[in-house]
Amino acid sequence: MYVYDAFDRTLVTERVAEFRDQVVRRLSGELTEEEFKPLRLMNGVYLQLHAYMLRIAIPYGTLSSEQMRMLAHVARRYDRGYGHFTTRQNIQFHWIKLAELPDAMADLASVGMHGMQTSGNCVRNITTDQWAGVAPDEIEDPRVLAEVIRQHVTLHPEFTFMPRKFKIAVGASSHDRAALRVHDLALQLFRNDAGEIGFEVMVGGGLGRTPFLAKTIKPFLHKRDILSYVEAILRTYNQFGRRDNIYKARIKILVHELGVEAFAKEVEAEWQGIKDGALALDPAVVAEIAGRFRYPGYQRLDDSSPELAAARKSDRKFDAWVGNSVANHKVPGYAIVTLSLKPEGGTPGDATAVQMDAIADLADRYSFGEIRVGHEQNLVLPHVAQRDLPALWRELDAIGVATPNVNLVSDIISCPGLDYCSLANARSIPIAQEITRRFRNGDLARDLGQLHINISGCINACGHHHVGHIGILGVEKNGEEFYQITLGGKADENATLGTLIGPAVPYAQVADVVEDIAAAYLELRQRPDELFIDTVKRTGVEPFRERVYATR
Amino acid sequence: MTSPLEQRKIKITGPVVVTANRVGDGAVVYRRADGGWSTDLDDAAVATDTAGARVLIDAAAADDLRAVGPYVAPVKLAPGGHVRPGNLRELIRLGGPTIELPVTFGI
Repeated sequence: MYVYDAFDRTLVTERVAEFRDQVVRRLSGELTEEEFKPLRLMNGVYLQLHAYMLRIAIPYGTLSSEQMRMLAHVARRYDRGYGHFTTRQNIQFHWIKLAELPDAMADLASVGMHGMQTSGNCVRNITTDQWAGVAPDEIEDPRVLAEVIRQHVTLHPEFTFMPRKFKIAVGASSHDRAALRVHDLALQLFRNDAGEIGFEVMVGGGLGRTPFLAKTIKPFLHKRDILSYVEAILRTYNQFGRRDNIYKARIKILVHELGVEAFAKEVEAEWQGIKDGALALDPAVVAEIAGRFRYPGYQRLDDSSPELAAARKSDRKFDAWVGNSVANHKVPGYAIVTLSLKPEGGTPGDATAVQMDAIADLADRYSFGEIRVGHEQNLVLPHVAQRDLPALWRELDAIGVATPNVNLVSDIISCPGLDYCSLANARSIPIAQEITRRFRNGDLARDLGQLHINISGCINACGHHHVGHIGILGVEKNGEEFYQITLGGKADENATLGTLIGPAVPYAQVADVVEDIAAAYLELRQRPDELFIDTVKRTGVEPFRERVYATR
Repeated sequence: MTSPLEQRKIKITGPVVVTANRVGDGAVVYRRADGGWSTDLDDAAVATDTAGARVLIDAAAADDLRAVGPYVAPVKLAPGGHVRPGNLRELIRLGGPTIELPVTFGI
């Protein structure tokens, strides 16, 4: 858990007062929409199809139970009783009224939450692994240096009006759970051969209409140099990034057009001039920030809980859930529990106020008051004693967040699509819902194994369709919804962009196509433990293409 | 649906209305012939040619205090003087999401 200091609290509170004044002036006509729009966007306020939308940052995906209760309150008091967790560790409320936004923001500010850096051409909410601080394979907690960067860039005048938005992700485990390589800047903490901890620095990742994976420009950067090096990257982007064409303004285009070596050279030249200056990290400052991340007072427990073993043996449903949704914790006797926000027929990433309140209570009772949000649009209780798992499971099941489908075919990542979004060309959510109904059989889903489906309702790719094992992209053809299908994408440490398998298919056929692809995989795999993604890699997309289009 | 955010010039192939979002709450509204706004599509002023649409959109754009982001949207005329959305996007804007909202889902 991160404990805010007085500076953070003042910053957030002052921002609410400033925005309240701006809203009053907009409603009175003193500000035109043209004048007001950049101001509201600086606070995460968008205008969508039906209403204003408020996007709230959840830095590093870390939430306290108190903050979760406040999200429930905002959902209930100012919205329609639910919120939508996004692929960037934010939450969105889709029905907020402009006139009530300042009050909603004031309530959020009372628990240190805000919408800053969730919109506009600034450094966006920095994301990390949702298992930060508890993953057994982690080098160190990535949130500390992410927070160092965050403190430097928030309201930094040089990085508030960049050519385009800038997304940073930080990881510290060998397995990438933060989709690092699809970010503008990806920072991977690792230990080098000399035993030193530092960053591999990758730039120019991003999806959208021109997808690229981030490329390494610095194989090893000492932790001390992280601020100066990030500043050098941002300055290079600010200087050379295009501002004349929104479609070519992201850093991925600059890196691609300049070439990664030339870009790295520019950054290096900039960095050499500043690396030994004020931005060289002072260990005392880092220690002070690290001290604000509070860790639970874990009990001394063993990993072989007799209560857990007995419960798994006596209840098949519980056993399936543990096998699917519970992961090893770095502290003996504890576990990391993923709460699926992907029930059959539900909207991926949505949680009701009732669920949020209940999860906050469960976090207090079973997870030291802490909750995490992952980019897969699920929640996590990060510190659960293994002996408590049976009792916790019963309560999670009662509120509909214990579907044992994490990483399976129905654990779908989806953007809001045309049901909410003014940019969308096609609907995403009903497609996801229909697929979950087709694969409601848990035995079939487990037989299919790890299978990530990602759905985007337009080329902006908020559903990360390019890196889905099965990617689904909604497009419009003559006023009708059609969907392009890609196969073989991955978002982890071996990230790959998917391959288009053929012509787009109409709305009504998408779930049929996914069933055909799943059936083809079951026939094509060499053995039951060959994952879907490995089969696609081995065979290429051709046999899947043949299966899908043979009768279409 | 091609986003009207990309709408640069008006091309009329059938009846159209001007629609926007209400400033105070973002609700979907339609320009009326009397210069007001309504949440009821049946109240909308319908234009059938470019000149008529241009008059509506220019007046709507000048009404920045009440409505945000006006654009020309296709409609279909139904019996009884009713006006219906001309595409899926406008159908969703008028009727809301095509999915069951989570507040009524499950628990």
